Amino acid sequence: MALRTLFTKKSLTLASAFRPIAVASTAGDQRLGSGLSQARGLTVAALPDLPYDYGALEPAISGEIMRLHHQKHHQAYVTNYNNALEQLEAAIAMGDATAVVRLQSAIKFNGGGHINHSIFWKNLKPVNEGGGEPPHSSLGWAIDTDFGSLEALVQKMNAEGAALQGSGWVWLALDKGFKKLTVETTANQDPLVTKGANLVPLLGIDVWEHAYYLQYKNVRPDYLKNIWKVIDWKYASEVYEKETA
Amino acid sequence: MQHHTLSCCGGVRPSLPPPLSFRWSKIKRERCRRLPRCARIAAQLELKAPPYSLSSLEPHMSRETLEYHWGRHHRAHVASLNNLIAGTDLDGMGLDEIVVVSYNKGNPLPPFVHAAQVWNHDFFWQSIKPGGGGRPSGRLMELIERDFGSFDRMLEEFKRAALTQFGSGWAWLVYKANRLDVGNAVNPCPSEKDNKLVVLKSPNAVNPIVWDYFPLLAIDVWEHAYYLDYENRRADYVSIFLEKLVSWEAVSDRLDVAIERAAERAREDETRRQEDDTAVSHSEAVEMYLDSDTDDSEAE
Repeated sequence: MALRTLFTKKSLTLASAFRPIAVASTAGDQRLGSGLSQARGLTVAALPDLPYDYGALEPAISGEIMRLHHQKHHQAYVTNYNNALEQLEAAIAMGDATAVVRLQSAIKFNGGGHINHSIFWKNLKPVNEGGGEPPHSSLGWAIDTDFGSLEALVQKMNAEGAALQGSGWVWLALDKGFKKLTVETTANQDPLVTKGANLVPLLGIDVWEHAYYLQYKNVRPDYLKNIWKVIDWKYASEVYEKETA
Repeated sequence: MQHHTLSCCGGVRPSLPPPLSFRWSKIKRERCRRLPRCARIAAQLELKAPPYSLSSLEPHMSRETLEYHWGRHHRAHVASLNNLIAGTDLDGMGLDEIVVVSYNKGNPLPPFVHAAQVWNHDFFWQSIKPGGGGRPSGRLMELIERDFGSFDRMLEEFKRAALTQFGSGWAWLVYKANRLDVGNAVNPCPSEKDNKLVVLKSPNAVNPIVWDYFPLLAIDVWEHAYYLDYENRRADYVSIFLEKLVSWEAVSDRLDVAIERAAERAREDETRRQEDDTAVSHSEAVEMYLDSDTDDSEAE
């Protein structure tokens, strides 16, 4: 616990105070001198802390997977998103439309990675803290109404997650327009909003290989089967209630 | 019989263009109607083994990675493909042709992902070897220097493609022949220099033969290709692949085939053009009439 806290604090520091140095060395854009971004006061994304230990989701998800996933993958999305934003700001300031457009794919990918993982961590919870406990409340009723039962929803998400080609996410979404729950998939790091402006993510499951490969190897369906043991339905219920209130 | 061994690793484009409206489910149904037992005995595509032992790429690519990557992922694609094409019109085609036809001009049919991944993995295993790396020579090196400026610039571009393939996919070095896949586009002064080397990236299973490129080298950047050995460090994997594993001999051999194939196609195109010219001269009167019609409408 202490180690994890130490690290995430360190990464927060890296993301805020020392970021301009990292940008200068990796962005490949010499026009961006260190310190400029601080003067402009650009708001940067930061790696969120996890509300549990890396090993707390075992045996469903190994501590090693959680550590790499949080410290390396999510951190890289945060770093690259901030770099892209900084380059975007410079491009806008110079009226360089080509550069503004060219940066869109990096912003979508890295910004999406940051958004998706920030939700994902909140969707998980250790078993001894209530992970895997089925939803009661209004979300439980809505699931029964829209899918028949929680089991039917789980089966649908597992099937769509297993069938997703390449990397991506499978989502339980609230369609605010139709006041209805739907299951959606998105490719790569596309956030759910790319599937529709009315869609609110209640629960996202990462089906990139990095989310399960060290433990489940090529057997994605086993990962999907086990992840339900550590799903935090309370978080999904809270979002649902807030959005439907 | 392995009906894909002859074609798949040369990257030769199938001679038959895909039918205009290839409808997967319909064809399957028709096949079932024609054949009383809804099945026929056809050659199964086989899982080809890498041309080296599974541990011989260590320490750069571990035996465990190959056991999963070849032994599970590649094998599963072969099994799924055989399963999906059994009893359809794709059954019995060469692997290249299955890839192009099932790509279905950008609306892939269910077998595409498996056909393309079988192709890609066969090609990938033959793109690397124990004691690989180094520098190419001969015609390959000449073309790399001509088309990229230098060998290092080509490596840089290849690495960038591999690192910016956002998600699962592949990066490629391909030979781009001077031909557009449309009937009425003709280069008025074709020359050998129009054919050149290009670096590409493709998402998930997509293979450049569907865009009429001739693949020379591929790196798999699905995470399963490197995660057990390099975890999240894709950049390290790509560098080691280029420094220690790539077989420039294989790339060079493929280039020879690509150049020969492009020359053959240029000759075929020339013959076809001459035949078309002869046919056109008979309908010239009609075209002149249409042209003057157009001029009138523009003048108004």
